Amino acid sequence: MSVLDRKHTIAAPGFSRWMVPPAALCIHLCIGQAYAFSVFNLPMTKLLGITQSTPDDWKLTELGWIFSIAIFFLGASAAVLGRWVEEGGPRRAMFTSALCFGGGFLVSAVGVRLHELWIIYLGYGVLGGIGLGLGYISPVSTLIKWFPDRPGMATGMAIMGFGGAAFIASPLSVWLMAMFSTPTHIGVAEAFVVLGIVYTLFMLVGAVIVRIPAPGWTPAGYVAPAQPKKLVTDKHVYVYQALKTPQFWLIWWVLCLNVTAGIGVIGQASAMSQEMFPGQVTAIAAAGFVGLMSLFNMVGRFFWASTSDIIGRKNTYFCFFAIGAVLYALVPHTGTIGSVTAFVLCFLVIISMYGGGFATVPAYLKDMFGTRYVGAIHGWLITAWSMAGIFGPVLVNYIREYQIDQGVPKAQAYNVTMYVMAGLLVIGFLCNLFIQAVDARHHMRDEPAEASAMAD
Amino acid sequence: MANQHSTGTRPLHLFLAWGFVGIPLAWGVLQTLSNAMKLFQ
Repeated sequence: MSVLDRKHTIAAPGFSRWMVPPAALCIHLCIGQAYAFSVFNLPMTKLLGITQSTPDDWKLTELGWIFSIAIFFLGASAAVLGRWVEEGGPRRAMFTSALCFGGGFLVSAVGVRLHELWIIYLGYGVLGGIGLGLGYISPVSTLIKWFPDRPGMATGMAIMGFGGAAFIASPLSVWLMAMFSTPTHIGVAEAFVVLGIVYTLFMLVGAVIVRIPAPGWTPAGYVAPAQPKKLVTDKHVYVYQALKTPQFWLIWWVLCLNVTAGIGVIGQASAMSQEMFPGQVTAIAAAGFVGLMSLFNMVGRFFWASTSDIIGRKNTYFCFFAIGAVLYALVPHTGTIGSVTAFVLCFLVIISMYGGGFATVPAYLKDMFGTRYVGAIHGWLITAWSMAGIFGPVLVNYIREYQIDQGVPKAQAYNVTMYVMAGLLVIGFLCNLFIQAVDARHHMRDEPAEASAMAD
Repeated sequence: MANQHSTGTRPLHLFLAWGFVGIPLAWGVLQTLSNAMKLFQ
């Protein structure tokens, strides 16, 4: 469809660049629903038994695979289809993402109705996961091109939406299930249908709004720095050439280690707070703590990415790793002195930097590899997230289990984990330290004017 | 080419676009905050 083509997405004179962040948020506020998918897990274990699980009902362990498959396909599609997204333009990618993500819900509704789990794996897991990957990277390079003066803030806004989407999805999903449930039926399939339609329409609004700047466009009053910073290039690196540079893999490890340190404790935050402070933190208070962490995860994305425009990307990651390592090392001490406030403060700052790591990395890539293929390169980098998503929780869970098996009291079972996390952040600090400007031999040669215009 | 676009979009378009994404997000944040307050009760 030609209306989806890149050339039909070029902004007409008079278009405000401030229309682009809401377009990006239309996508990210929907696909970030993945963080809230777990609200369906428990109801889906009772689809046949209604009040309690029967032997034919699905097990939680089987249902856990839906999210894992979706995250795997998020990483895989972002990596494999990144170049297609970059060259086809944001509207085509957002449109496809909307159909895949919304379609994933509709296919899953069929799976729930027929009680066939493999259909849900295929629907939300594969199709939805591809929608997640395409949607996640689709607005990144567009935002960077519209905001050359504040690329961190611009991508931070979109990726903040991904972190905040669960705030909407979680209560909305619970409300929809309650509305469609009867004493003899749990309304998961109906909730999936409504969410599929609503998310598709919401994302399509983003695809309609989004525009790319005309070739050579610059914001009013913006003058590119005459003396570029050492780590900021005005050249471009081709996506597959970027994968051959040590800089890409150092940033890959920087992201992977930052995410591993954060993701491991996100899943354990509720249990950890109750076990480290028995009698002081109730289950309800722990749920509040988890909510507060989600909020700081979201706000940190915008705050740290915007800060990186001022202090630089490398320094921002130095902050994450240095402050994070110190705070992780302090957490066991907060348990020893019984200070819930200090414990909460430590984790809120840590989790803000976890979110900040996601939001700052597109601008880091833009600094190192230029804007031409930054979306596609970002797609490949997301595999670091998939890797961390596997190792983070496994690391935390196994260390805790080992500690308890060794007779360590539950209140102290997380101490070693905290020191391991601090250690990982120190390694991340070193990876960040080694990042230097990309060698000129990796830069793309000057393109013909027409190709260059298409690229912009 | 200098900027020739940054003043033409109608304020109503901007208001609608930001409201479209901002209102659901604000609603979700308020829901979360009200739950989080239980931590301090």
